[in-house]
Amino acid sequence: MLLIHCPYCNETLPEVEFAYAGEAHIARPVNPSEVSDADWEAFLFLRDNVKGPHYERWRHLHGCGRFFNAVRDTVSDKFLTTYEAGAPRPDLASLTERLK
Amino acid sequence: MNAPISSFASGPLVETSAARVSQSAPCGRLSLRARGDLAPFEAVLGLSLGGPIGARATAGETESIRLGPDEWMLHCPVEAVAGLEAALAPLYGSHPHSLVDVSGRETSFVIEGPRASELLTMGCPRDIETILPGSGRRTVFDGVTVILWRDAADRFRMDLWHSFAPHLLHLLETGSRELAAESL
Ligand SMILES: [Zn+2]
Repeated sequence: MLLIHCPYCNETLPEVEFAYAGEAHIARPVNPSEVSDADWEAFLFLRDNVKGPHYERWRHLHGCGRFFNAVRDTVSDKFLTTYEAGAPRPDLASLTERLK
Repeated sequence: MNAPISSFASGPLVETSAARVSQSAPCGRLSLRARGDLAPFEAVLGLSLGGPIGARATAGETESIRLGPDEWMLHCPVEAVAGLEAALAPLYGSHPHSLVDVSGRETSFVIEGPRASELLTMGCPRDIETILPGSGRRTVFDGVTVILWRDAADRFRMDLWHSFAPHLLHLLETGSRELAAESL
């Protein structure tokens, strides 16, 4: 079973308590009616589908209930880090350095 | 509105040498969401809302458990709900928050006995021993969100929504019997 660290609970817990919630750091346009159809489509549907370290959202559904962000390697399924929602995107080089 | 589930007989629902499960008496339940300065809420409730997620506090017959960074569950006698709502209402203007009476939504099982924590491992994927006596957590039990209050090493309360109660009771019953048969 995958173990996930919740940055709010500060505990490492079974994946079953969590729900995956898609790619992270996708900002909703402040004024959707001013956005072109193409940009709106990109916001709604177009994702990077990364092979390797992926910035993604999770929710501690059966727990504190909070959404947070994670960097997970989609090849190995290893979590490089998790961090609070709203925090800046962590630098990938420092994360992969830590794995070595 | 907080009527006991009619399909359950009174008295212990499960009783084996491993564990006993019973339904607790109806109580008032309030869901509190608040952020920022908690002091005004603590002053009204007379208890501390701080501490890590899972921390509990008691003041008289009111109990609180911190479920998340900005979320608490309060238990109190049924008659005390209206009083608590009235006492916290003046804070809406200065400290926006949400206080919802969820008494009618949930019930609690009391799970106790020498193998109570082992019984919980049958439905709960997390390490029960990380929930210390006197604390609690919201977690999952057999696919259902529950709040576990660990009152003692061998005594838990499990808050769950009414509609899931018969389903979870079946697992608790089967599990208790299995554990009891093992020790024979
Ligand atoms: Zn959490």
